[in-house]
Amino acid sequence: MSVEIQLRVNGKEHQSAVEPRLLLVHYLRDVLGLTGTHIGCETSICGACTILLDGKAVKSCTLLAVQASGAEITTIEGLAGNSHKAAGNGIGNGTGAGNGALHAVQEGFWEKHGLQCGFCTPGMILAAVDLLQRNKNPNEGEIRGALSGNLCRCTGYQHIIEAVQYAAKKMSARKR
Amino acid sequence: MTTRFIGKPLKRKEDPRLIQGISHYVDDLNLAGMHYAAFLRSPYAHANIRSVDLTKARHASGVVLALSGADIDGAVQPVPCAAQIPDMKSGARPVLARDRVLFVGEAVAVVVATDRYAARDALDLIEVDYEPLTPIVNPEKAIAKGAAPLHPGQKDNIAYKWELEGGDLKAAFKSADKVIKQRIVNQRLIPVPIEPRGVLADYQPGEGQLTVWSATQIPHLLRTQIASMLNFPETLVHVVAPEVGGGFGSKLNVYPEEALVAYLAIQLGKPVKWTESRRENFQCTIHGRDQIDDIEVAIKKDGTILGLRCHVIADLGAYYQLLTPLIPTLTGLMMTGCYKIPAARMEITGVFTNKMSTDAYRGAGRPEATYLIERALDLVAAELKKDPIEVRRKNFPQPKDFPYATPTGLIYDSGDYLKSLDLAIKVADYKKLRQEQAKLRKAGRYMGIGVSTYVEICGMGPSSAMPAGGWESATVRVEPTGRVSVMTGSSPHGQGQETTFAQMGADILGIDPSQVQVIHGDTSIVPYGIGTFGSRATAVGGTAVYKSLHKVKEKLARIAAHVLGSDPERMVFADGTISAKESPKKSVPFGQAVSAAYVAKTLPAEMEPGLEATTFFEPSNFTYPFGTHICVVEIDAETGDVKLVRYVAVDDCGNVINPLLVEGQVQGGIVQSVGQALLEEAVYDEQGQLITGELMDYALPRATDMCWIETERTVTPTPVNPMGVKGVGEAGTIGATPALAGAVADALAPFGVRHVDMPFKREKIWQLMRKNGRRVQ
Repeated sequence: MSVEIQLRVNGKEHQSAVEPRLLLVHYLRDVLGLTGTHIGCETSICGACTILLDGKAVKSCTLLAVQASGAEITTIEGLAGNSHKAAGNGIGNGTGAGNGALHAVQEGFWEKHGLQCGFCTPGMILAAVDLLQRNKNPNEGEIRGALSGNLCRCTGYQHIIEAVQYAAKKMSARKR
Repeated sequence: MTTRFIGKPLKRKEDPRLIQGISHYVDDLNLAGMHYAAFLRSPYAHANIRSVDLTKARHASGVVLALSGADIDGAVQPVPCAAQIPDMKSGARPVLARDRVLFVGEAVAVVVATDRYAARDALDLIEVDYEPLTPIVNPEKAIAKGAAPLHPGQKDNIAYKWELEGGDLKAAFKSADKVIKQRIVNQRLIPVPIEPRGVLADYQPGEGQLTVWSATQIPHLLRTQIASMLNFPETLVHVVAPEVGGGFGSKLNVYPEEALVAYLAIQLGKPVKWTESRRENFQCTIHGRDQIDDIEVAIKKDGTILGLRCHVIADLGAYYQLLTPLIPTLTGLMMTGCYKIPAARMEITGVFTNKMSTDAYRGAGRPEATYLIERALDLVAAELKKDPIEVRRKNFPQPKDFPYATPTGLIYDSGDYLKSLDLAIKVADYKKLRQEQAKLRKAGRYMGIGVSTYVEICGMGPSSAMPAGGWESATVRVEPTGRVSVMTGSSPHGQGQETTFAQMGADILGIDPSQVQVIHGDTSIVPYGIGTFGSRATAVGGTAVYKSLHKVKEKLARIAAHVLGSDPERMVFADGTISAKESPKKSVPFGQAVSAAYVAKTLPAEMEPGLEATTFFEPSNFTYPFGTHICVVEIDAETGDVKLVRYVAVDDCGNVINPLLVEGQVQGGIVQSVGQALLEEAVYDEQGQLITGELMDYALPRATDMCWIETERTVTPTPVNPMGVKGVGEAGTIGATPALAGAVADALAPFGVRHVDMPFKREKIWQLMRKNGRRVQ
């Protein structure tokens, strides 16, 4: 048995017939080939599979693809303006222009060495994007709190916090 | 050589692909016609297998193959163990259990299907008739008289006994004013890289070529082992470690799935992929630590340590993985830490239990050593009512004592322990912290200060002291276009050598780092190498790169000098040109000299064409980074909650190629220690069930568990390699746990507590502050 779903991923419409039990993360990875969304635990704890669903950070390993029908999804591949797999996703890269630049949070992770092995990074970046949408100028505690659903085993989090602070600063400077 | 890039915090070359999610870990790779494997695993810790019935599974939709241990009998050899200890008993792990299972999660059967859901579905159709046996979970019970041996044909559960003694121990204990005894437990941990393991294998029958992509830290060693396990020609095995999402030692191994998935691909003539679930990662990827250390310290009244004796019970689990028996012996080598202790003895009893194997987890035997000696120093201080810093100062070797020979047979390369201690004291403002603590205690608040002065052994290492080769390889090829390929035998999985080795290439050849491409993890491209572990990639792998770079530089200098009519010794490499020192206007563009090596028309007489050099670097010794960590905690007397208030880390890893990356390693290492100290513990129940079998039950540190880490460095280069680099991958994890433990014990001192075993969970701490349900003190 399969079910028809329709959703918009990184600005592109997709229509698929899927098994009702197919996990959203497997749909993104195996059906759409968007393998930047990682699977780290399958229980919503580690956050490696975090995506933006209708603009909010959610963990795609414990959602079914059918639950996401009708939704607008942004994965890590759709965050930078010039992503080869996406364009015009409504989230934007913080520059206000589809000019091909990295999102300010991606830039922050690069500038501040916010990643080592990179496996948690896509989820971590999207969780940070979600935070900065809600809170333009989060303090250290607010950043730690917002990222507490995303596990990183490499960095010890400190450089990630600096990356988010960098992005917050950069994004508010751009808005001015 | 001018250092424009070495020593600078360059942003990583690895990052653009990682922050955009467009790089590829094993599970991201898909091949046409690919099948998926799934493993049926034992729910029992100890059982005989009466039968395995695969009939229904084989007929399930999508299933193409289902095999039990009997089906592969003889075709796939057991997991290899590289460690050799005299009189060590056998404990080889079969790739699929046949007659019995010895731990929960041991693979019993494998199914291959056309998609991953079908493969998992089919596991439910396999019928296994188990005869449950009594599991042995506690290592002390395992070696008690009358305990049944887990491995048939063995008389008990003692896998090996190992001892090491140096100095006059008898005299030390005889002349002691006091002897302090303590049992110290280093609990079992689970490494938990965020990327679980994964294997993809592809076999091309025409060419006879087997390609295996694996999330591994040791692609070449894995290639050799897969060839041996399958009795397959090594020349036709190609192993690739693509992007690897963290390892921490857990991917420094050879696992049943790596050989089996390759075997299945050969059998089917189809690509086969297996991706480990997190539950599998907990149950059947190696665990770490798990030692019971009984220590005795002989001291003088003034705090001088005369001798140290330690008996270790090391819980090895049911089987040997690649290095299982070896890990506790590293604890023995490093047991005297950064102190001048004239006599020491360690006895290790390695024990089989019905659990997953222990093996190298970040630090691998050294965190245990640092923990026991640092706890010992704190106990000495408590006993003599001295400040823990005073006791440490008293026993440090001085800079003039280096190279310093330990009673355990090591030669510490270089060190200035006092310098790092003094800097940490200054950064932390230690005196003020003590004043604050006294004030808070009066107000009924329990602040604790912990100090750890550590030394660790890394840069592994000379081959004479390693189970199988301690060297590392590197090939540098300057391509005809002038781009530089650096092929390293190291296999980074987050450490950032694509950047640091490019920094080296840029400075040595006088070009930009963007011109240097570091290639790793592919056995068809990279010369045979050892891999990334034991904080060796920079000190050993980096030195091989350094030497190869200098070899091609030397050749380029000869070519340039030939063109310029100058002396090769006087060639200067900078800004993409090679010029003569005496007259900088006499220069050749870098690319032109490179081109000359390939066009080969204007080369000096008897010079071979081409521009490539390979080095197999064998270090003469290990390296010994050190440092001081100071930690401040406050314990909530109502809840037992341990809150990190401050963390100061001064680390010395010798010279540094990229301080940003060193900082990342230190911080990450410390947080892994915080995990061990405050949160993490692999718990098996009496039936051998892994109670902490998921991230829901096994608590990893989160962003909210940490305070800001304040870091500083001192620089004491090593004489062991030309760059003076020591290594930093494990220092944080080795140095931090004792600081955390010291802080907790210090906070609880008013309750008469001197030592608490990790992890410092609320209930345990709360109980320690109470007697008969009421708060004492």
